[in-house]
Amino acid sequence: MKAEIEVLQPGLFSTIQDAGRKGFLKYGIPMSGVMDLYAAKMANLILRNPPGSAILEITQMGPKLRFSHPVKIAICGALLSPKINNFPIGNNRVYKIEAGDELSFGKRQMGCRAYLAISGGFKTGKVLKSRSWFEGVTDNFKLNKTLKLPYESTNESKIETNASIKFTSEYLGTSEIDVFPGPEFDLLTEREQEILRSHNFSIDKNNNRMAIQLREIMGNSLKPIITGPVLPGTVQLTPSGKLIVLMRDCQTTGGYPRVIQLSETGMNKIAQKIIGDSVSFAFLG
Amino acid sequence: MNSKFPRIRAMGERAILIEFEPEISENTLEKVLFYKNKIEGHYIKVKVEVINTYNSLLVYYTYTIENVYDEVSALTGLFQGTKITKKTIVQLYNIPVCYDVEFGLDLKLISREKNLSLDQIIGLHTQPIYTVYFIGFLPGFLYLGGLDKKLQISRKIQPRMVVQKGAVGIGENQTGIYPKSSPGGWQIIGNSPVPLFDKNRLPPCEISAGDKVKFYQVSKSEFLKISEEIIEGKFQFKKTGYEGGN
Repeated sequence: MKAEIEVLQPGLFSTIQDAGRKGFLKYGIPMSGVMDLYAAKMANLILRNPPGSAILEITQMGPKLRFSHPVKIAICGALLSPKINNFPIGNNRVYKIEAGDELSFGKRQMGCRAYLAISGGFKTGKVLKSRSWFEGVTDNFKLNKTLKLPYESTNESKIETNASIKFTSEYLGTSEIDVFPGPEFDLLTEREQEILRSHNFSIDKNNNRMAIQLREIMGNSLKPIITGPVLPGTVQLTPSGKLIVLMRDCQTTGGYPRVIQLSETGMNKIAQKIIGDSVSFAFLG
Repeated sequence: MNSKFPRIRAMGERAILIEFEPEISENTLEKVLFYKNKIEGHYIKVKVEVINTYNSLLVYYTYTIENVYDEVSALTGLFQGTKITKKTIVQLYNIPVCYDVEFGLDLKLISREKNLSLDQIIGLHTQPIYTVYFIGFLPGFLYLGGLDKKLQISRKIQPRMVVQKGAVGIGENQTGIYPKSSPGGWQIIGNSPVPLFDKNRLPPCEISAGDKVKFYQVSKSEFLKISEEIIEGKFQFKKTGYEGGN
């Protein structure tokens, strides 16, 4: 019998992600991949998985899962009160799972996205060289009760703790997002630039793996641009004067001015924000 | 070349943006695709992806760029003293479109507003050889240039929640095919059964930037016949070499 995870409850929104789909941008296919690279990398590292091994990205309210065979797991990123057979467990360490064990999640303590890594990585199917789920590319795009997630069982009982790995959860609580000026930043008025440098913005209800909208209306003196390249981390200024932070599943091109580009750590930080959270931009360049 | 362009600079920690004169023209596309090719040739050992739009190239690195200054200098070097040569032969794809009113939801509206008969609309749409500038917006969505001015019409004020897969539409000076069902604001004039994006195929899109496209009219029964061929895996694009491409 194959080792697989049964989904007892799907939770709010979980997807399988890896390092993303590489080499297909020119066909208009989004990169996808984990939203918080740091947390996902740490979870894989703790288990000594190859970097970029497929992982379950869990958003705010976790699922309830049952494992068919023994394996090792680790959870990093958001603190979502994980439990094994109802016993609370912690983030950032390795746990041995036995056949029939159930992993569930409780109250969200901090952050938005937790990463469940499994030794060897999830073995769900690849489409266009990646296991990352994305609607329109992969058949599955959201965890549901009918799905079974395959993995490779390991009976190795020894749990080696890699003492050299220091995971910090501090970034989960920070509201300062590290950014660079975007291609059209210089075209903004001084006042608009100042607003971006000094104001606080808050996360809108429209936030998902494609984009995170910010609530505030800052105005916009710029005309649309000739459709040009955009990337995860590109912040667009819409004609109505709102900011949209593009995330991992974003389109490859866009016509709104690109006023900011998030740094890699900035992307990890904003991926951990939920509706109403406050953010400000710290310019690196 | 104007000294201000190409403008080469970092866009975050993983990409370098190269911009040419802000215009939509075959001339600019020619330059963009020439340098795209050159950059791809330069980075054989390093993993980068290069995408183009009307007047930009984005070099995306699969890792964090260590020294932006060095990368920008290396790329700048590629633009020194090279004569742009045209890629002389590209592919011309003949794409079937059924302009039946069942699919062409906005044909009557365009006919009224532009004072054109349905046959005139179809004639004007099937006549030009369109240029594929790039693929973006949705997987397999072709940005086509070359729409006849007489067919240019503004987008719908209220976009449709669902535009069918294969829908052929017009929005301002652009025309294109929706590769999958999606919300959309273009005026819809027909439907094409051809697969523009196939996730199970490598590469997933057969048509690429720089290629040419010409539409031809098919009846409803021909449309259904092609659809069946696609399901049975027998369909092949009608294409020919086209001289004097970008």
